[in-house]
Amino acid sequence: MSAVAREAPPTARRAKWRRKLVPYGLLLPGGVWLIVFYVVPMLRLVSVSLQSGIFPRYRFAWAWSNYAELVTNYGGQAVNSLVYAFLATTIALLIAYPLAYFIAFRGGRWKNFLLVMLLMPFLMPFLLRTLSWKIILADNGLVVDVLRAVHLLGEDGRLLATGVAVVAGIVYNFLAFMTLPIYVSLEKIDRSLVEAANDLYASPTVAFRKVTFPLSRPGVVAGTLLTFIPAVGDYVNAVLLGTPQQFMIGNVIQSRFLVVLDYPVAAALSFTLMIVTVLLIIPYVRAAGTEDLVA
Amino acid sequence: MMAATTAPAAPRRRVVPLLRRHSLTLYALVAFAYLFIPVFLVILFGFNQVSGRFNYAWEGFTVDAWRSVFLGADFGGVPGLFDSLLVSLRLALLSALGATVLGTLIALALVRYRFRGRSTTNLLLFLPMATPEVVMGSSILALFLAIRFSLGFNTLLIAHILFNISFVVVTVKARLQGFDRHLEEAAMDLYANEWDTFRRVTLPMIMPGVFAAFLLAFALSFDDFIISNFNSGQTITFPLYIFGAAQRGIPPEVNVLGTLIFLVTVAFMLINVWMQRRRR
Repeated sequence: MSAVAREAPPTARRAKWRRKLVPYGLLLPGGVWLIVFYVVPMLRLVSVSLQSGIFPRYRFAWAWSNYAELVTNYGGQAVNSLVYAFLATTIALLIAYPLAYFIAFRGGRWKNFLLVMLLMPFLMPFLLRTLSWKIILADNGLVVDVLRAVHLLGEDGRLLATGVAVVAGIVYNFLAFMTLPIYVSLEKIDRSLVEAANDLYASPTVAFRKVTFPLSRPGVVAGTLLTFIPAVGDYVNAVLLGTPQQFMIGNVIQSRFLVVLDYPVAAALSFTLMIVTVLLIIPYVRAAGTEDLVA
Repeated sequence: MMAATTAPAAPRRRVVPLLRRHSLTLYALVAFAYLFIPVFLVILFGFNQVSGRFNYAWEGFTVDAWRSVFLGADFGGVPGLFDSLLVSLRLALLSALGATVLGTLIALALVRYRFRGRSTTNLLLFLPMATPEVVMGSSILALFLAIRFSLGFNTLLIAHILFNISFVVVTVKARLQGFDRHLEEAAMDLYANEWDTFRRVTLPMIMPGVFAAFLLAFALSFDDFIISNFNSGQTITFPLYIFGAAQRGIPPEVNVLGTLIFLVTVAFMLINVWMQRRRR
């Protein structure tokens, strides 16, 4: 290759060099932005998380004890985060799969219309959408009345200000993140494979279990991640639909950072959340390969 | 005897298979109703005759809130509401512009060129999308605190451009991959230089993708609460206004604005879908 380059006339060589440099020129502005405002802050977060002292004098001191506070002081909120995020992700999957299946396999010429309808509710501002659940789950609302009538809820049982309301809010808010990837993977399935299963006398149930579902697994995995990650770090639903008893780790990070100004502990909790996220996505990145991450 | 048992079962036999055949359709109807009920309630409660501080129970129909949004000065004098909307619009516009430029350049590099550091770039673009918002917001705040950068509109703009870049890259890349490279090569063969080729061939072709990316970035920025919560200082965006008001009671004017935002974004989404379909 170098021999060819040496023999080429100088203008062609210069053009070749330019072509080699062009991609880096294109990457430069955005890349700098990502490094300065994403990578550097992440490193700064780690360093703050190991500081100790009293506001406003925090100094770097390898204070690993900040990380221990997750268990000693905020165990309840950590458990809430994991339990709510797990429940919300499971429920979202159960709601989203049949819906995505319907759009992909039964949508026909209405497919585009149905996709628009699926995304439309998420154009209503996030906080207003969440606050709507205050009306739906209100103590004298229809849902509570029905549940009390069938004794699923006690005489003065309520939904608002409980974990149920927080989970309901999270499920609703992140449902599109679950439905879209599942839809995409179902849409890609070659229909002749399902027909082949039917021709070979597989019942619809068996065909689904052995053909359709395994082929849609990438979408299920992506949707689960895309729902679980924002859910586990959320604090808006807990504030608006719950009480301090339902607070999640995001609430602690928010108040430690912005109200109490206890930056080291806040940073330690925040970075722990980042580690959990990275651990969750590593297998996904490995399976997908870096090229398909941003596709 | 067989006739006796089948006779009463006949209507049931017609209903059950019918239900079974359409059970998925029925389910989809219920699911869409579930998706739209909260949206419907936001719109409905913009017409509520609110007597107390809170707007969570239906008290009667009125168009007062609509009247004050359209006819009253500064949305009927709800303090801070009008300003917060202006801040959000300016922030969404500028951050979407910034992210669209930066992200489109990255997308061009990724699709058009082979270069070293490709997988690092892909990872660097993917990570911000996978990072929980509370982590991203707090880490940028940690940086701003360290360099004593005062929080306000500028810090919001920096953060919003950051979280939008990756989404722009994904959107533009999808569009770039779909189109014919020979057109660019033809332009080059006809002695157009790289810049002219980009301006006259590439850019017009990817414009729908760039436009879609801009709209997505605008919407994400306009609706962002968590990252803004960490980096706003004294500046109040529309979502921050709603969050603050939620504690002391939200005036129905906010629902009216929510309804208008919803209608405008739906219109943009439909225009975008229509444009993409026409191109095909």
